[in-house]
Amino acid sequence: MIHDGSDLSTGPHGQPADGRTRPYHQPFPNRKLNARLARNGQTQDMFMKHLGKVVLITSVLAISACTNANRFGAGGPGGAGDPNGGFGSGQPLGSEMIGQGSLDPASPAYFKETIGDRVLFANDTSTLNDDGRATLAGQALWLSNNPAYTAIIEGHADEKGTREYNLALGARRASSARDYLVSQGVSSGRLRTVTYGKERPIEVCSTEECYTKNRRAVTVIAAGATS
Amino acid sequence: MTPFITPLRMFAVALALALTSLATAVTAQNGPLRIDITEGVIEPLPFAVPDFIAENPAGAEYAAQLSRLIAADLAGTGLFREIPSDAFITQVSTFSPSADYPSWKAINAQALITGAVSASPDGRLTVKFRVFDVFSEAQMGEGLQLEGTTNAWRRMGHKVADAVYSRITGEGGYFDSRVVYVAETGPKNERKKRLAVMDYDGANVQYLTDSASIVLAPRFSPTGDRILYTSYETGFPQIYQLDVGNVSRVAIPVPADSMTFAPRYAPDGQTVVFSASQGGNTDIYRLRPGGSPEQLTNSPSIETAPSYSPDGNRIVFESDRSGSPQLYIMPANGGESTRISFGAGRYGTPVWSPRGDLVAFTKQNQGRFHIGVMRTDGSEERLLTSSFLDEGPTWAPNGRVIMFMRESSGAGGESSLYSVDISGRNLKKVPLEGAASDPAWSPLLK
Repeated sequence: MIHDGSDLSTGPHGQPADGRTRPYHQPFPNRKLNARLARNGQTQDMFMKHLGKVVLITSVLAISACTNANRFGAGGPGGAGDPNGGFGSGQPLGSEMIGQGSLDPASPAYFKETIGDRVLFANDTSTLNDDGRATLAGQALWLSNNPAYTAIIEGHADEKGTREYNLALGARRASSARDYLVSQGVSSGRLRTVTYGKERPIEVCSTEECYTKNRRAVTVIAAGATS
Repeated sequence: MTPFITPLRMFAVALALALTSLATAVTAQNGPLRIDITEGVIEPLPFAVPDFIAENPAGAEYAAQLSRLIAADLAGTGLFREIPSDAFITQVSTFSPSADYPSWKAINAQALITGAVSASPDGRLTVKFRVFDVFSEAQMGEGLQLEGTTNAWRRMGHKVADAVYSRITGEGGYFDSRVVYVAETGPKNERKKRLAVMDYDGANVQYLTDSASIVLAPRFSPTGDRILYTSYETGFPQIYQLDVGNVSRVAIPVPADSMTFAPRYAPDGQTVVFSASQGGNTDIYRLRPGGSPEQLTNSPSIETAPSYSPDGNRIVFESDRSGSPQLYIMPANGGESTRISFGAGRYGTPVWSPRGDLVAFTKQNQGRFHIGVMRTDGSEERLLTSSFLDEGPTWAPNGRVIMFMRESSGAGGESSLYSVDISGRNLKKVPLEGAASDPAWSPLLK
């Protein structure tokens, strides 16, 4: 019965429930992560790094029509110097904070926007970094507090690889995230994994800025009985 | 099920194609006219194809089209060059076993192809042709006659071109063949994909699935009547087998709790080899008729992209067990494998050539992708192409040409199909409307 995914559907027609059609933009909702980034100077590093690439980034933005929330999107215009800054939101920060505050903590939207639904990977690896483990620990806690939900973990790769290899790599990444959730006490019966390889990039440019965001494992919350 | 698809009968076309020797043919006499395509051809061989003679009024509709198609097939190889008809100094008005050799020599037509066409009111088409070695003043082989239906006129033209190609090169042809591929629409982050088949030259596109689910990497059976592919219709990658004749499809049995992809047929046309991911680990499995999946590799690394040798005894595949993706060969029953790729970079998608002598592959090195070939022991590696992203070679039935996908970079990046011959010459884009990826060549049609 491995393909009876009726209670775990990722969306219509097997398309990934990725962040492609988010209801609103939440640039950098993980305040703990922001604080950590600010503390260890990563934000500053990003700022300096991107200063040298302003022209490139601007042109990339112009063609990529990014509409996704970017938890790691501090490279955008106006976001470079602001640890809360993502790009493409077009909304005052205040309204987003209000919007965030109104989310039901038991809702999948809260999971996605506040806990953080994805972890990122270095090139051709499936090893979790500190940020990834912190996000997954938050996910595990949320799943423990909301036992009515199950989850599908999608593994994705950037476009710099062959189709077959990237499918296998995406499977590794999804499994890596799944294993960490299980290590944090989530029942494996509530979790399934799927690989999309390089089929569903979230960013469409062909530079490392986009590849960084595409190498990801996304935890998609689904309503469904625990199996 | 896919009831919206009109059933195709491409391989069971009402084309009981009969190939018969012309009774009046002169006995075969092989002249010195010959192209050795092994090393690539620098100076294409000039040929002339006067419009075929219409033997009745209904045949006139097809006579010129057939001549143009045959010329396009031959010139498209890069091995031949057509002499345009306005350079002709003689006309061919009868389908004769002899030719006006001096007139063809005068314009340096080394090969001359003549033909005659007739069509019947009930849609039957008869095509006759002869090939002449002008400078030897002799026919090459016998004149032949093909019987088919008018709606299959392109196939008949391809068969004539295959026969000409074979007589001059000594190799099998590949023009009367099809390619299954993935037709793509939509933006890069929401690509719609559907299976399609085309003639090898991009004509006669027909769709085999809709685009409701992602479909990937179709592969023809050795008889061309079935296609293996990967679909996300359950939400998870899973291998299906599609019957080309009636477009019905079934999921093949796979290991429990696995995601499956990268399927290929064994030369027996029944056994299937594929990769399955379980718990994040990907290994290669085999499914024999009536059996259950057998695991052929057992390693914590990625093993994928298996492809059989033509004799069915060995499997070439891709593994990152050394730390980066490389090519390996193992016995068809599994067991100890031998690494064959040792150059710089990452190797993937190996495909054994139908002649058995070479393995084609995708290579990634220093930010570029290449299609290459190497001997099956890994020696004589030769890169044929280079671009931002070249991937997924497939062999023409005669093992002399490779088709692959090339994707452009950036937000507007799009895939197209290209072909190149194994000497690296004659790189060409396959003319298709819309984006396309993952080509797989059929065998030569019967």
